Amino acid sequence: MQKVLDRVTANPKFHEFIAMRSRYSIIMAIVSAAAYYGFILLVAYNKEFLAAKVSAGSVMSVGVPIGVGVILFTIVLTWIYVHRANTEFDATNEAIIKEAQK
Amino acid sequence: MFGIFVGGTLFITKWAASQTKSAADFYTGGGGITGFQNGLAIAGDYMSAASFLGISGLVFANGFDGLIFSIGWLVGWPVITFLMAERLRNLGKFTFADVASYRFAQTPVRIFAASASLVIVAFYMIAQMVGAGQLIKVLFGMEYMYAEVLVGVVMMMYVLFGGMTATTWVQIIKACMLLSGATFMAVSVLLQFGFSPEALFAKAVEVHTKKDAIMGPGALIKDPISAISVGMALMFGTAGLPHILMRFFTVPNAKEARKSVAWATTWIGYFYILTFIIGFGAITNLIQNPSDFYVGGEIAKGLKGGGNMAAVHLAKAVGGDLFLGFISAVAFATILAVVAGLTLSGASAVSHDLYASVFNKGCTSEQELRVSKMATIALGVLAIVLGIAFEKENVAYMVMLAFTIACSSNFPVLFMSVLWKNCTTRGAVVGGFVGLAMAVVLTVGSASVWEAVMHNPKGSAWFPYNSAALFSMGAAFFTIWLVSILDNSAQAQKERALYPSQQLRSETGLGASGASGH
Repeated sequence: MQKVLDRVTANPKFHEFIAMRSRYSIIMAIVSAAAYYGFILLVAYNKEFLAAKVSAGSVMSVGVPIGVGVILFTIVLTWIYVHRANTEFDATNEAIIKEAQK
Repeated sequence: MFGIFVGGTLFITKWAASQTKSAADFYTGGGGITGFQNGLAIAGDYMSAASFLGISGLVFANGFDGLIFSIGWLVGWPVITFLMAERLRNLGKFTFADVASYRFAQTPVRIFAASASLVIVAFYMIAQMVGAGQLIKVLFGMEYMYAEVLVGVVMMMYVLFGGMTATTWVQIIKACMLLSGATFMAVSVLLQFGFSPEALFAKAVEVHTKKDAIMGPGALIKDPISAISVGMALMFGTAGLPHILMRFFTVPNAKEARKSVAWATTWIGYFYILTFIIGFGAITNLIQNPSDFYVGGEIAKGLKGGGNMAAVHLAKAVGGDLFLGFISAVAFATILAVVAGLTLSGASAVSHDLYASVFNKGCTSEQELRVSKMATIALGVLAIVLGIAFEKENVAYMVMLAFTIACSSNFPVLFMSVLWKNCTTRGAVVGGFVGLAMAVVLTVGSASVWEAVMHNPKGSAWFPYNSAALFSMGAAFFTIWLVSILDNSAQAQKERALYPSQQLRSETGLGASGASGH
């Protein structure tokens, strides 16, 4: 077992892979945080914009689709990450481990 | 309806009891829970009665503000998904302290983790128990004290006999009931308006006393610093709640752990969209019928049972007495399930982190299991006592305080121990305690506790913001960094040298505890 671990650690592909994956997850985290804080800052600084009507004569304000949009965006972002991690990343991960077990 | 639920869940508990033999079964249900099931259970843990009734009540009272509030409760999930889920699963076994102490000195880290977890569980639990008593009083006309005892005893039965398996299944059943009940209500409301949200909003604006103001942001966010600070507490606090973190160890591998957060995020997000529709539905249905739903039939006197009852009254308006019974049972089930999850995570902090890793190292699985059951009873009794003691107190700040402590203690310690190679035991423990203390002290100094709870004169609160999270979490990260950098002991060198092997396991899952059932 120790041998396998050492071989994985020595494999430059492994370090490349985890650096790439960390970068990806940090970018995704920043994107989701930006969506949320963007919304909150709109609430704090530009209430009029959110309270404005979607179109002349309508009752629905701009804030409603934006708010619901933030919720949907969060869900979609999570699935994008999970899908990529569960297929592409896991396959790379397994390939690196297999290579070390040879 | 209510009897069927309790009977049914106790039957599951009986089945689960036959499956729960070792400490591993008790803590993690044997690790055989799928990602989809676990996602429902996590969503169940998160969708408490307070968030169902509280958010729909907030929408009913203020409209759009309720949506802003609910979005805040969702944003913690992507953070967990992207940064924590698989690393937690790969490094942990039963509790998050397994992860935080992976390469550190066990004793101090475990003591820290158990103290922080118990403080968080205590505040969260008091808020749930007080809410539970008041809700049951309104719904079933039961005395507050009996309601507390009932919740405490039924919850203890779940945890004591069925452990994590029963707690998870109760949570899954409750999540399905809550989601289907809320879906039915939202669809009924939309049906009244021919599935046109525009028509729903138009009617709501027409009848609501605040008129068009309910379509835009109101007074929820006062200053940007408070808004950002509250956002931090919600965003990172979720990743530090012990009863949520514990759920990552019930699935067999990292793949399922990721799937469970994705499902949890989906259900929770869907649920918040439903509560928004339900809140508006309550506006259009209840306000025009003051004789049925308002105290003395007068709108000025408020809703029967208080503002949080909007969703319950709407259930009656759209589905009659039978559906009202169903939603009441769902609310009760929600309380039971959330309290059970909290108790289980508190009990495992005591038995796994304190007893088995500090006071009696090398104890058998049977001994550990016995201690966790004793801890469950102690926590259950404590929950009942605290619930009764705080009946007349203002507990509104407690859930937020639990999130603030979680994001200032558990989260920074977890994050730094897993992702920063220079982090040491000393840094993690000192930083974690600094964050914990700051979160409590600054929250006490804010207006919501200093003035509203401790009855100091208005304007005397010495901490000017609504939430301490920005400052206490910052302090925790800074302290962990500073103390770790200055720590050059032999122990610190050893811990840094262990980082590559920890990283190997957290990133690849090599050597991770499989399904924790063996």
